[in-house]
Amino acid sequence: MSTPYAKLPGWADYGLIPLINLLVAFAVAGLVVLLVGENPFHAAVILVDGAFGSGQGIAYTLYYATNFIFTGLAVAVAFHCGLFNIGGEGQAYIAGLGVGVVCLAFDHVLPWWLTFPVAILAAAAVGALWALIPAYLQARRGSHIVITTIMFNFIAASAMVYLLVGPLKPRGAMAPQTRQLAEGAQLPKIGFLLEPFGLTVRPSVPFNLSFILALVMAVVVWAIIWRTKLGYEIRTYGFSPKAARYAGISETRIIIITMMISGALAGMMALNPIMGDQHNVSLDFVSGAGFVGIAVALMGRSHPAGIVPAAILFGMLYQGGAELAFEMPAISRDMIVIIQGLVILFAGALEHLFRPTVQTIFASLSPRSVSMAAKGERA
Amino acid sequence: MAQAAIELTGINKSFGAVQANRDINLVIERGTIRGIVGENGAGKSTLMSILYGFYQADSGEIKVDGKPVSIKTPNDAIALGIGMVHQHFMLVENFTVIENVILGAESEALLNKSIAKARSELERLEREYGLEVDPDAIIEELPVGLQQRVEILKALYRGAEILILDEPTGVLTPAEADHLFRILQQLKEQGKTIVLITHKLREIMAITDTVSVMRQGTIVATRETAGTTVEELAELMVGRRVLLQVEKGEASPAEVKLAVKGLTVKDSRGVTMVDDVSVDVAAGEIVGIAGVAGNGQSELIEAICGIRRAESGSVLLDGKPIDVTGIADPGELRDRGLAHVPEDRHHVGLVLAFEENENSILGYHDKPLYLKGPFLNIDAIRNDAREKIEKFDIRPGDCRLRTANFSGGNQQKIVLAREMEQDPGVLVVGQPTRGVDVGAIEFIHKQLIAMRDRGKAVLLISVELDEIRSLSDRILVMFDGRIVGERGAEATEGELGLLMAGVEQQEAAE
Repeated sequence: MSTPYAKLPGWADYGLIPLINLLVAFAVAGLVVLLVGENPFHAAVILVDGAFGSGQGIAYTLYYATNFIFTGLAVAVAFHCGLFNIGGEGQAYIAGLGVGVVCLAFDHVLPWWLTFPVAILAAAAVGALWALIPAYLQARRGSHIVITTIMFNFIAASAMVYLLVGPLKPRGAMAPQTRQLAEGAQLPKIGFLLEPFGLTVRPSVPFNLSFILALVMAVVVWAIIWRTKLGYEIRTYGFSPKAARYAGISETRIIIITMMISGALAGMMALNPIMGDQHNVSLDFVSGAGFVGIAVALMGRSHPAGIVPAAILFGMLYQGGAELAFEMPAISRDMIVIIQGLVILFAGALEHLFRPTVQTIFASLSPRSVSMAAKGERA
Repeated sequence: MAQAAIELTGINKSFGAVQANRDINLVIERGTIRGIVGENGAGKSTLMSILYGFYQADSGEIKVDGKPVSIKTPNDAIALGIGMVHQHFMLVENFTVIENVILGAESEALLNKSIAKARSELERLEREYGLEVDPDAIIEELPVGLQQRVEILKALYRGAEILILDEPTGVLTPAEADHLFRILQQLKEQGKTIVLITHKLREIMAITDTVSVMRQGTIVATRETAGTTVEELAELMVGRRVLLQVEKGEASPAEVKLAVKGLTVKDSRGVTMVDDVSVDVAAGEIVGIAGVAGNGQSELIEAICGIRRAESGSVLLDGKPIDVTGIADPGELRDRGLAHVPEDRHHVGLVLAFEENENSILGYHDKPLYLKGPFLNIDAIRNDAREKIEKFDIRPGDCRLRTANFSGGNQQKIVLAREMEQDPGVLVVGQPTRGVDVGAIEFIHKQLIAMRDRGKAVLLISVELDEIRSLSDRILVMFDGRIVGERGAEATEGELGLLMAGVEQQEAAE
């Protein structure tokens, strides 16, 4: 995993390549728009305008981005350890249970600023525990973490359905969700932060305090990975399990701790919709954020400084996409999913598609940047 | 003068700023053996890769048999009668010899005809060149010497007239190497042209007709082998005089620091790799373990250093046991003064993607010096790294540079600096100079001897017999997982070579 990243200067690696991937994704998406008989440029304008054109749009974009920052960080932490945590979806979903239980217990008793820290701990703890089982199976039994975390998504989903149509549903209610939470479990909106920039945000927009928490966690993740002994051990194991063994780093311990951090981050995603927006725990409130986190982490090169903008980009697609579906009747909700899918495809799955070409160009333009290539071919 | 089989004119090749080949002019006569020597990174492999179609030259001309050619892929090279035997064999381990030989040269969808054709052709080749191999043997069951023969057969089967061998003797016993040289001699007599890339000067002297020396991407000299000496070639390679033999005084062994008794290690398939091995290493001596690669040396040091679990046996460090059959923790062993320079610095001893300073604490990252609570003390780590860079003359002297960007010799110095500077009582070293250039070898050898003279116990494992002989105070030879003999430092190469080949002790003595 290390070598492909070695040959380009940082700005090309973190800026140019994602940008090229993005442009290609939009070009292909444009073709799809063309196919249904709409003007792709007009569509692009609506999409960008819908996401960033108004205070309203920006607040929604950042609300969605909050989810993706949490899940993107979760995937990134696991990546640094060489683990592919596909279970962010399930970890966030089941963490909703922790958040829900805390909120249901305290919302009438405590003010929000006391409920919030307890709910953060509950979200993190439940998410971490949900990741612990696949981590243990990987570390001690060699069960592949990709398989087990996927399976745990299904288990989480089924468990939540059971709980939401049964024990957690108020008696007599028809909807599969908990009762509405009282003010003691509602996070304050932070739309006012945008006002100094001349933007107005209606109070109904769910842009809330968990966005700040997400940014704090981005800094915390950076510090853990690059500034602590634990992060050093995680990266050592991620680059070379043999070197980790040699250095006396316990494989079991490092896999389990990393996955628990990853699960805790994914779990915190549940705070945003539950305490910040819907004020209840409902079916499928994660709605794919766990999977988008994979694309966000890939696109952000597993670095918080890349993950935050990548998350905002996907927030834009969610928000702008909704506007687009509204403005252009020919473009349905499903078309938006196609566009999102294309971005994930090019930015995530095919992220190395254009790398060789870019490397060749760099090799001829700025020789110093590719000295690695020559070292690889030593006599 | 014989006709030129290969003529290279003005070959240039750069990878970014690094000019791997600069204005190379090389003429190789038909029916001769040409040696190409040079340090790592001198551009030997790049040049041969251009000839074999792995790379394209930026400029320059290639002529084969006097005709200008363009070689874009290895298939072009094969069609021109150029064959290559790689340092790491390109064989399918669970295929038979004959299946490997026809691989990629199958003529039709069903194999039986191709195999029948190959069988008669192989018999002819074996007769002509003395390359006996059982065509139906499975590759992984053959010793490396024979596997290499299969590589040569593969090339000849494809009609090679020009054979390039890249470091062919790295994995061979001295006897197997001798046999290889006889085969090459025979091929030459049949009119084949052979290019031998190596860093072992003695082989060049033994077998080649002419030798070209490469340094920093250029050919600095071409000599008739008969008219040159090892010393001259070494000087040409490095660009200065080199001490091939390190100076060292008498050893004065004191108390036993490391005592290995009856150690048995199995690999993951349950095959016994180390069989009842006992070794004592005293303070102030270097004990060398010689042996052809793959005879259990790697597993032995891994077990001693707590990386691999042993089946049975015991190891005492300063008289206190190491839990080699249980969960020995390499970190704890470091605290007890056992330092380990692993054989595989790329995957074990270093994390190549890390900055140099991050690697300079690998395994010692628990030490309070490098930490501030749970955080790394970045300043302390970098200052410490800079001191080591200074002391071990690691180049380039930038502790923020990615480790992958250092040369092999400097990477090895990073590992050695890290392990030696902790002032361990026992140092276990595997292949200290593999892939390291001549200049750095001299430095590393001096450091190891300095360790010994400071009263440390050094256990050295190397497949380079020269290295074992020039450093060790006592030499143990390992074959098939067992120690088959012990000799003093004065043991001859022939004597050790026989032991390494598994010839019983008594016979060797005769």
